[in-house]
Formats: sequence, structure tokens, C-alpha cells
Amino acid sequence: MSKKILIVGGGMAGTIIANGLCRQLGKQLRSGAISMTMLGTSDTHMYQPGLLYIPFGKMREVELFRNQRKVLDRRVPYYIDPATNIDVEAKAVTTESGKTYNYDYLVIATGSRLMLDQVPGMKEGAHWFYDLDGARKMRSALAEFEGGKIVVNVNVPHKCPVAPLEITFMLYDHLSERGLMDKTEITYTYPIGRLHALEPVAEWAKPAMDEQGIKYQTFFNTKEVDPVGKTITSEEGDTLDYDLLVTIPPHNGAQVIIDSGLGAGGWVPTDRHKLLREGSTDVFVCGDTTNIPISKAGSTAHFEADTIIDNLTSLLTEGLWARNYDGKVYCFVETGMKTGTYVWFNYTTPPNPGPPSQMMHWFKLAYNRLYWLSARGLL
Amino acid sequence: MSQRKTIDARGAFCPGPLMELIAALKLVEIGDEVEVLSSDKGTVNDVPEWVAKVGHEMAETVAHDGYWSVVVRKAK
Repeated sequence: MSKKILIVGGGMAGTIIANGLCRQLGKQLRSGAISMTMLGTSDTHMYQPGLLYIPFGKMREVELFRNQRKVLDRRVPYYIDPATNIDVEAKAVTTESGKTYNYDYLVIATGSRLMLDQVPGMKEGAHWFYDLDGARKMRSALAEFEGGKIVVNVNVPHKCPVAPLEITFMLYDHLSERGLMDKTEITYTYPIGRLHALEPVAEWAKPAMDEQGIKYQTFFNTKEVDPVGKTITSEEGDTLDYDLLVTIPPHNGAQVIIDSGLGAGGWVPTDRHKLLREGSTDVFVCGDTTNIPISKAGSTAHFEADTIIDNLTSLLTEGLWARNYDGKVYCFVETGMKTGTYVWFNYTTPPNPGPPSQMMHWFKLAYNRLYWLSARGLL
Repeated sequence: MSQRKTIDARGAFCPGPLMELIAALKLVEIGDEVEVLSSDKGTVNDVPEWVAKVGHEMAETVAHDGYWSVVVRKAK
């Protein structure tokens, strides 16, 4: 009898897993011994890291999107029919259209979403670049900006942990090129007592900001934004004035995770090595959806996906476990408009970012295009 | 009745124990406790410093073999 793999989520994590499994299980898919189905929410696939460049006009919107049907291997039926309930006991996923999909193995890759409403006034008073509409509006606001106070505000939890630093240094370069930095003050706020979660990155960022005259406020967890008075106030009691507020909004996981009782905040409790849902042997969780205490980032999803591909293939063809996930994360870091660096770490190796260089900036620009090979399972 | 949620942030470099704690506190009720397990000794100082600034309460800090348990009670 055919074994059914069901992938819920058509983003980066789900797509890499589906395409990778097709490359590993071609024979079984041809014979009908294994079948695979994906449920998604959109007919397009977005390269989310590209949003960073939209406010500066450095990438075209069209470059961020591909038709999901063309990114996904043709052997995987794809339905734009969002899951509304995931029942891991009955091994059944119900969708918006009322259909029910059963599975032998389930992959949950429903990602994360912006929760602007969690902070009063944020939606009305802030700009952001973590979705297309926000990035478009930020581009307009930046084009009209003629100097004043900019606050770059970071909230918890959020994905792509280096993006707040990237946008800050890119704003500095962009405004310097426009001759506006002499009448602009940039203040960067961060929730904990240093400038980045990764201590070596924080140690690099502090002198870099000092050199550029970028101010910073640590221990700043946003309580509210006053869009009329143009102020932002923290739970710790500090208030900053702004003319342009750029926020990294707080995130939650998908609503279907909460509605299905699979995890508070939409984060599924997941074994950090096996990437199996805690308590399940047939439910893998990948990418932002897990509650694993590591970065919510595209590279995390990618390395997790590779592990899940190996384990699902091995389980289905040999009945054996293949390997554990080692916690690997690799992030390019733009350190301005012309330089970049990178940072990688895993569960046992601490990060050690190298000095910024033009070459790493070019690598990141190249990867912005190479991504489509990753999504197809080729890179 | 108050509850305690535990986060195992041992070996977590990013976002790290304090960021995990802040995120977890958003998801529990006032009076509930969040316990963070951390292999970074800095957590023993970082967490009380933030808790004092923001107005939550420290419940306890316990040293174990190679890691620390830091418990915070949500107060607001």
C-alpha cells in the first residue's frame, strides 16, 4: 500500500523538502509505492530575504517571486488550500475547502507571521520591510525622508536575526549617499543588554555603530507607539522621539498550529536533534515553525530540511534513522551597501564572524539569485 | 493556579536564553513562571538585570552541573 507524505506549508522549508524527496525517492514515486502532497496558501513563492533591498530600490519586486507550481517538482500535487486543523492522533489534516488529507508522514512547515497588533500603535506609526506591502511603504517613506530622527526598533521573537543590523547599516550608507546623514540621527533599539543576540556579532556592531555615530538603546522591549506624537515607549520605561520608525515586528507561528493545539504562539515543541514533534514519530517540523531555541532564518530551514530529507528517505526505504540535525545556521550579513560578512554556528560551535569585505557582499548578492536553485533542491 | 513553563536554551547561541525568556513571557499569564535552562553563565546576571528594569520578579536561580536554571515570575 502506498505511503503518503503530506507537507503542510509551501514556503522555503516545505518546498526544499518536497523537491529533495523527489530526487531521493524517484523510483518509489514512479511505482506508486510513495506519494507526496503539498498544501499551501499562495500560488507564488517569495524569496523573503530580498525584502531587505526593496526600500532602497536595490531589488525589483518581480525578482522576489516565482510561480510555486514551477518551483515545485511536477510529481508533487500542490493545492492552494490552507490547513485549518492538524490532528496528529487521527493522522489527518483538514483544509479551508473542507477536504481531509490523511498521511503516514507529516511535515509541518507553516512558518511565522508578523504580529503588528501585539503592540498598540505599531501598525499605524511604524514602517517595516518584513512583508511586501510594508517594504513598498517603507521605500516611499524613505524617498520622502529629508532628515530627522530614525528609530530602528527590534521586537521579540523575530525571524532573520541579522536583518535589524543590516537595515541599520544600509540606512546609514543610503542616507550618507544622499547627503542626509549630517541632519539625521539613527537610534537602534534592542531587547536585551547588547546590540545583538550573538555576542561576537554584538561586539563587532558596537564599535561599528560608534564610528558611524549611530546611537543605540539596549533593554528596549516595545510597549507602545504613539503615531500622532511620534514616540515609541518601552516596557522598561524609556521613550524615544522619531520622524521615521522602522520596526522589526514581533512574530508568531501560524494560526493553524494554535487552533490545532500543537503549540503556544504557533511554535510546535520539537526535538532539536530529530526535528520530530515532541511525542510523535511521524510528524516532522521544519523552519520557523519549531520551538527550537535557534535562529528563525532561511538557512536554518534549509539545513533542517536537508536533515529531514535524509531521515524521511531512510525511514521509508530502509526503516532506519539517518542522522541528527546539528543546529547549523549560516547567515550572510550586509554591513552596508558595499560590504558584508557572514556568521555560522551550530549547537556546539560558537559563532565567529569575519571582518566585512566586498567579496562577501557580492556573495550575498549572488545567493539572492542562487536561492532558486536551493528551493529546487539543487544547491 | 500559576504554572511554570521551561525553556531549554542550553547551547543556544541565537537568539539566546534571555531573548527566549522574553518571548516565552509574552505567552504566559501574570503570576506564571518561566524557567530558562542556560549553559551560558552570563544568563545568571543578564536575566536579573533585565527583570529589575522591566518589573517582573526573580523566583530563583539554581546552579546545576554545567548549566543554570533561572526562574522568572511574570508580574505585569
